Amino acid sequence: MTSIEAVSDEPEAWFKLDRDGRKLALGGSWTIGESARLDRELKAIKPAGGVLEIDASQVSRMDSAGAWLLLRTRRALEAAGAKISRFSLPELYQPLFENLDQERKAEPHVSRIPPGFRGRLYKIGRATMHAWRQAVSMLGYLGRVTVETGEAIVKPKHNLRIPAMFAQVEETGINALPIVGLLSFLIGVVLAYQGADQLERFGAQIFTINLLGVGILREIGGLITAIIVAGRSGSAFTAHIGTMRVNEEIDAMQTMGLNTVDTLVLPRIVGLVIALPLLTFYSDIMGLIGGAVMCYFQLNITIPVFLRQLNEAVSINTLMVGLIKAPVFAFVIALVGCYEGFQVERNAASVGQLTTRSVVESVFLVIVLDAAFSVMFSVLGI
Amino acid sequence: MAADTGREKKKEVVIKIRGLVNAFGSKVIHDHVDLDVYRGEVLGVVGGSGSGKSVLLRSIIGLIRPREGTIEVLGQSTEGEIEGAAMRRLEMHWGVLFQEGALFSSQTAAENIQVPLREYTAMSQELMDEIAEMKLTMVGLPPGTGDKYPSELSGGMKKRAGLARALALDPELLFLDEPTAGLDPISANQFDELVKRLQKALGLTVFLVTHDIDTLRAVTDRIAVLVNKKLVIGTISELRQNKDPWIQDYFSGVRGRAALASEEAH
Repeated sequence: MTSIEAVSDEPEAWFKLDRDGRKLALGGSWTIGESARLDRELKAIKPAGGVLEIDASQVSRMDSAGAWLLLRTRRALEAAGAKISRFSLPELYQPLFENLDQERKAEPHVSRIPPGFRGRLYKIGRATMHAWRQAVSMLGYLGRVTVETGEAIVKPKHNLRIPAMFAQVEETGINALPIVGLLSFLIGVVLAYQGADQLERFGAQIFTINLLGVGILREIGGLITAIIVAGRSGSAFTAHIGTMRVNEEIDAMQTMGLNTVDTLVLPRIVGLVIALPLLTFYSDIMGLIGGAVMCYFQLNITIPVFLRQLNEAVSINTLMVGLIKAPVFAFVIALVGCYEGFQVERNAASVGQLTTRSVVESVFLVIVLDAAFSVMFSVLGI
Repeated sequence: MAADTGREKKKEVVIKIRGLVNAFGSKVIHDHVDLDVYRGEVLGVVGGSGSGKSVLLRSIIGLIRPREGTIEVLGQSTEGEIEGAAMRRLEMHWGVLFQEGALFSSQTAAENIQVPLREYTAMSQELMDEIAEMKLTMVGLPPGTGDKYPSELSGGMKKRAGLARALALDPELLFLDEPTAGLDPISANQFDELVKRLQKALGLTVFLVTHDIDTLRAVTDRIAVLVNKKLVIGTISELRQNKDPWIQDYFSGVRGRAALASEEAH
């Protein structure tokens, strides 16, 4: 760290209280570079009380930090009972000093948050109310989006923006193929490896394929895809809409009579609802390929054997159970992403905060919904 | 070459620009511009939208590298690659107020002011708090502003807080980029007075980019007009004699006349 002290080539600031404590003389360069040291040393001054003279006429340079230290010291001395009989300062620095002196007449402010336990209570209460309001407002938003989606489907005149929708399918679906494919493949590899390792103890390696088939098709394929998409596209929705808010683009759209739900939210929701099931199916296939490759190399199970065993292990229902969840996940991810985007305030930090929140919330909701689906399917006996 | 108005003759030059050329692609913004800014003066820079006022400011403070020419600020050239220590040395001696204040939005006003203090000095937290509060009162912000985040401040307050941050290290040189743009006329007047008062009290040299003819009249000693990629420099009365159509229009147009008439009435 370069410090300002290191580069100043000015005479050192000094001050001296004479022996009987009647005169404080100071000189040198009272500038910001010296202020840290002066601050410490000035606090140690013990005035004798009674009449005191301050002679600053030898000060060669003074800036506002130096003037503030001098002013503060004078005030402290006065508060300690000293009576300043004479105060001399080079004429050049008179305006600066007087400027500061008259400006600091404001009363000290009180913080809004009380200290200690009550302060903590206040913060908890504030956070609780914030969470509550957030939930209510999100529910309201869900309602609005549902109504407008319904309208767009029932009478799809001009308000369903087909090109925008397919642009979203491309952005959230097609462009996500490499990352989803790679990760699903790797998950398949890992699952097959770990499964084989455990099942080998029973001599039941062949059931690795059952584990893979059911695990990937029912749960993991859908879940991993939804989580990747939440991180990739949910965050993009929030950041995009949020930045538009920062630039007042949203306000501009509203004044032009453009419905922001129609133009920004619906294409994203519909686009993602189309893209995510397709991505999930792709992820399922890639996961199975990963598993098959691992089985071939690790367990010497050939591809025809793998397929025969897979055919016995899973039915079309297994696949459908996994895929049916995807549109719901897609809806939640897009809804949260867009909603948080609209919550952005007009500053840079807000975009970042809400993008983070959007991803956390949508991943959270996806996992909660997945659990709810599991319970529902087991009750229904699927 | 800078017009010598007589009284600046012996003054020290703090910003020296020679043969500056700035261009984006094939579009030339500045064509061999020369400029001297003297210690203790307020220099206003005006020009039409897109004439390169902000580009000039940004090349002086080293944010844009010019295509040709030399720029020296306080004896240190800023047009090339400035290595760490020299740049930091300069940054301690100048303060910059950007158009929207450019406050760090994740920090309160007081914390914003303490950023340069923390970086460049060894002050105790207590003294930094005091200095921040002092700077805020110095720019005319009410007590309690220090705890507010930039998003809670109005446009005028943001600019004042930005000015307080620019003044945090007691710079010799202050760059203001359209300080009154977006302010109502009353706030703009107050801001002009504030700049003038601080300039006197702190002995600052001010480089002021503006659109606002009232600000020019109230604050500046000399004015540099950017026309046809060149600078024309002089006082208001000198510039009114200039034959250039843009300058004529600017100082003698309806708004210009009104602002100058109010000066003559004073």
